[in-house]
Amino acid sequence: MLRELRGKYKGTALGWFWSLLNPLAATLIFTVVFGAILRVTPTVGANGVQNYTLFLLCALLPWNFFNGVVNGGMAAMLDNANLIKKTAFPRHLLVLSATVSLFVTFAIEMAVLAVALLVLGVNPILWLIPALILMILLAVFATGLGLMLSVANVYFRDSAHVVTIAMQVLFYATPVIYPLTLVSDVSPTSLVARLHIDSLYFLNPLVHYVEAFRDLLYEHQIPDLTTVLVVVLSSGASLWLGWVVFNRFAGRLAEEL
Amino acid sequence: MGDVAVEATGVSKRFRLYHERNQSLKAAFMRGGRAKFDEFWALQDVDLQIPTGKTFGLIGHNGSGKSTLLKCLAGILVPDKGSIAVHGRVSALLELGAGFHPELSGRDNVYLNGSILGMSRKQIDKSFDEIVDFAGLETFIDTPVKNYSSGMYVRLGFSVAINVDPEILMVDEVLAVGDENFQRKCMEKFADFRADGRTVVIVSHALSTMRTMCDEVAWLDHGKLLEVGRPQDLVDSYVGQSHDDRVAPEVEEGEEQSGRGARWGSGEVVIRSVELLADGAPATHVATGADAVFRIHWKAAHPVEEPVFGIAIHTLDGIHVTGPNTRDVELSTGTLSGEGWLDLHVPRLMLTPGTYELTAAVFDRAVVHTFDHRDKLLRFDVAPGRPRDQYGVVSLGGSWEVRGDSGAPA
Ligand SMILES: Nc1ncnc2c1ncn2[C@@H]1O[C@H](COP(=O)(O)OP(=O)(O)OP(=O)(O)O)[C@@H](O)[C@H]1O
Ligand SMILES: [Mg+2]
Repeated sequence: MLRELRGKYKGTALGWFWSLLNPLAATLIFTVVFGAILRVTPTVGANGVQNYTLFLLCALLPWNFFNGVVNGGMAAMLDNANLIKKTAFPRHLLVLSATVSLFVTFAIEMAVLAVALLVLGVNPILWLIPALILMILLAVFATGLGLMLSVANVYFRDSAHVVTIAMQVLFYATPVIYPLTLVSDVSPTSLVARLHIDSLYFLNPLVHYVEAFRDLLYEHQIPDLTTVLVVVLSSGASLWLGWVVFNRFAGRLAEEL
Repeated sequence: MGDVAVEATGVSKRFRLYHERNQSLKAAFMRGGRAKFDEFWALQDVDLQIPTGKTFGLIGHNGSGKSTLLKCLAGILVPDKGSIAVHGRVSALLELGAGFHPELSGRDNVYLNGSILGMSRKQIDKSFDEIVDFAGLETFIDTPVKNYSSGMYVRLGFSVAINVDPEILMVDEVLAVGDENFQRKCMEKFADFRADGRTVVIVSHALSTMRTMCDEVAWLDHGKLLEVGRPQDLVDSYVGQSHDDRVAPEVEEGEEQSGRGARWGSGEVVIRSVELLADGAPATHVATGADAVFRIHWKAAHPVEEPVFGIAIHTLDGIHVTGPNTRDVELSTGTLSGEGWLDLHVPRLMLTPGTYELTAAVFDRAVVHTFDHRDKLLRFDVAPGRPRDQYGVVSLGGSWEVRGDSGAPA
């Protein structure tokens, strides 16, 4: 059943082409704008490698996956309205199928990134297993949100607008295109510090996910305990909350759609 | 599996009727709370037991909650009160088409639907050809279903629903859009299902079909279960009830033949009585193969142009034997006013011995508007005659011939 549902996400050869082109374009744009023009200095990775593109991709690929799952979850119920209204099956499979198909793409992209790292002198082989675990935790975290938003979107049809804006804010509130040090090292007199943005900043769980990915793949170091704790707890909490909310509202989906 | 395939106990279903079309966060934010809604109980305290291996019908007027009940039984809607127990694998085909994904091809939808109904990929592979064949959609199977006609849509949906080997099949008013040929195939399939001892739950407004097909019928009215019983009885009282409010006002009952069934119509032309004439004389019975005349006495208060008369003959257990009418034979009835009669002459009445009921009706020229409909106005008997057939409903009047090695018949 999951497989059949997934069938419609993985499209034709053309579909593959587009799904690859998108992150490629984003990588190119960010590399040119932030790496070359704005000259963001990436942190120094393992073996002294300092490459903005690698630095970027270690965070951008997880971000894209997260973004995809959240949006896929949002659309899951409305896109399959007909199926929900006419057939009986566990509705959460619709969200799961989106996650699973995106995870496959994500894994392929990460494999490509691992090869790129290897070629450019940062051998990530030993760090792939913890990275895989982290990927799964991210998938769990995103699925929890996806479950919540999937029903929210049915009950409030304009949720998508709100989520689009929220995702945009979240993207810049996560150290994807810039290093975290730019935020944590701000001077206490700056505007950022006076507005307490720097302390609020760390409340965003994605900061920790992204940092953990970068730690593992780019810098080859074990993430600090806070990061690990936040990642594990937030993924568990998100899934639990998503599940509770989803089940609370899933029963009436067929009539509200 | 026990005796009961589906059991509903005290099932109630409430819908919310929102005052605004689509709820939005914006509206909720400005109002400071969720949208207001009225409650509407589409089902109230329904107790129902559907026996295993039986064909079970649901009847009731539009909006009486038939589809809602079926959706609850199929597990698509969750009742607000009460419980539902289903014993067996359910395959449901609801109003206007299955749960197809419009962008997907027929083929992908077959696989998707099959998997939802609990089939493995292998099983679907195996029955795929049969499904497509039954639906008769070989050339369209790789077209997205959004480009299907509504008939094609239903054909594919029905074909999937019956070919997944369900123990309980639920069908909601879907056969109406299929063409003649497909409807016949479906009927045969229903008969097969019944012979296999599977349970069928069917919702339909095609009352004559319900009458012959179902073993038992439940009558829903405004969300409440009125009655469960034999289809013949229930369909009759349902038809009677739903037309009560339309009985012709200016009919003088005195000089009229009173029928056993319901009567409705606007009364521009009324059918006063129907007579059976055998050998030119009124009779209560006629022999198989004999000459018979059905004489319809009519009365029209004002001139009516080209009304269409028709009769229907049913057996007592509800089989619709025949339904001749003046429109099918393109008979012009002219402008009628005053009183008169109309004869249907049957040179050889090929009904087998038994009791039959005759319904007579008169409609406007387009057969849209009913002037007078008199259900079961006349009951008559057919006595043994020639041919001497006794089984079934009609005699074909054929002759037998036997040949063997010895050459000429004995
Ligand atoms: N999703 C819904 N939201 C609100 N009201 C609904 C919903 N679905 C059905 N209803 C209401 O429930 C009542 C019963 O509808 P239902 O579809 O069960 O009728 P039905 O007996 O199948 O009628 P029909 O003969 O026209 O098919 C109707 O008044 C309808 O307006
Ligand atoms: Mg209905």
